[in-house]
Amino acid sequence: MTRTFDEINDKIRRGQVAVFTAEEAVEMARECGVSEAARKIDVVTCATFGPMCSSGAFINFGHSDPRIRMTEITLNNVPASGGLAAVDTYMGATEQSRTEGMSYGGAHVIEDLIAGRPVTLRASSPGTDCYPRRSLEATLTLAELNQAYLYNPRNGYQNYPAATNSSGRALYTYMGTLLPDYGNVTYSTSGELSPLLKDPELRTIGIGTRVFLAGAQGYVAWQGTQYTRGHDAYEDGDDFNGATLAVIGDMKRMNPRYIRAAVFPRYGVTMFVGLGIPIPVLDEDLMDRLSRSNERIFTQLVDYSTGRLSRPTLGRVSYAQLRSGSINLAGRVVPTAPLSSLYMAREIAALLKQDVSRGEFLLQEPVEMLPVSHPMNPMAGVKEERLP
Amino acid sequence: MKTIKVMMRFPASQTDKPVTSYLVRDYNLVFNILQAQIHPGMRGELTMELTGSEEDLANGIAFLRGEHIEVVVVSRSIVWDCDSCVHCGACTAVCPSAALSLGSDGLLSFDESKCVLCELCVKSCPLSVMAVNYTEN
Repeated sequence: MTRTFDEINDKIRRGQVAVFTAEEAVEMARECGVSEAARKIDVVTCATFGPMCSSGAFINFGHSDPRIRMTEITLNNVPASGGLAAVDTYMGATEQSRTEGMSYGGAHVIEDLIAGRPVTLRASSPGTDCYPRRSLEATLTLAELNQAYLYNPRNGYQNYPAATNSSGRALYTYMGTLLPDYGNVTYSTSGELSPLLKDPELRTIGIGTRVFLAGAQGYVAWQGTQYTRGHDAYEDGDDFNGATLAVIGDMKRMNPRYIRAAVFPRYGVTMFVGLGIPIPVLDEDLMDRLSRSNERIFTQLVDYSTGRLSRPTLGRVSYAQLRSGSINLAGRVVPTAPLSSLYMAREIAALLKQDVSRGEFLLQEPVEMLPVSHPMNPMAGVKEERLP
Repeated sequence: MKTIKVMMRFPASQTDKPVTSYLVRDYNLVFNILQAQIHPGMRGELTMELTGSEEDLANGIAFLRGEHIEVVVVSRSIVWDCDSCVHCGACTAVCPSAALSLGSDGLLSFDESKCVLCELCVKSCPLSVMAVNYTEN
């Protein structure tokens, strides 16, 4: 049994495609076996809705009269890059407000724009012969911008270690508040719904793959930053990790329900990004991967108590264990909690299923595959420093 | 000994008086400030816990009222803005009494009867949908 992208897209156009969410596909394979599931299912929709710091927006404001070449730019008092051409900028999600600190940041500016709320631009410039204007203030909405598109350099992490804290004090991290003395464990994934865990060898996901990005149809633009390919063999199967995606999508088509600014206390601003990817069931091998439930998907548990690059690993846990609400650790029952919203991931997977079934979302075969191996190196040319 | 929470509203004329010091010195009360918004010369609001004997508490409150300060005994609760919540579960990582929990449907639920008012969820929610609310008794 094999299928091609073209055959599946023909079925989508004819309204005869069989689409299942990743959770439904797991259930189907459990009931009737992988071979039968592969015959019955054409497309499996995967999704995730978690905090993704490496996100941001490219914006073109249009020219003022007289023209300005903006070098200092803020949007609602949040600094944006002045390092592009005259009226272009990149607003990074984690950038913090000059007036409100970490309670408002780049992610909030992006959310405000997508929600249609007006945003105040302030810009200055030394002035040039061709761009004589030196400062301006303008209030703008998304509809008035020439271009506004998300370009998130690193989204959709294939897998991410769960976090705990062996130290005697609470740690405030991008993995949430980690209570002292193994007080809790946090993890961030949609597990059996997560795109790169369901096509772990990236057979169908590459440059050009059409994705659901915050309500819009976007694309995989490139390998994500820090992309690498990891693969650890265990008796009960292989663990995959390391792949990431750079994704792009038009903010004017996004829905504020599927992208939310967030603040992790004493850490900073980040952004929950809704990402969905439909995976075509090309053959039984892929269906076998897609059939893996949380019982068969694992991650490492890492101790965040050290500030050093390398953190101690405390063992391997399945997402079924993590989802159960507690695990055994250091002789104790330790509560576990997610940071990535399962509820929203399910909603996105269901929405994507509906779009594909209705012929509104066609699958795009990658125009280029992502590398099967890629190094991820620590920073070069920097001296090690003692922790305070 | 008894602990109560009071919300005090100061008129503009009283914002420069150190009334809490008098509560300690003259009425043997111990105070713990929970929320304060006092701008000299403008209206101010101060929410605090007061601990003392029934008699001292009653006398202290009578003193405040005599100073034209509005005093309301309040109770504290945690409120959850369900409509803005994305049900990520970050709050369940710090909730010590399992008042906050995720159901198998992935939805967060908040059982107020189990809440111990530690406010850890308020400090840990990435979307600021958990808040402390003071209501007048």
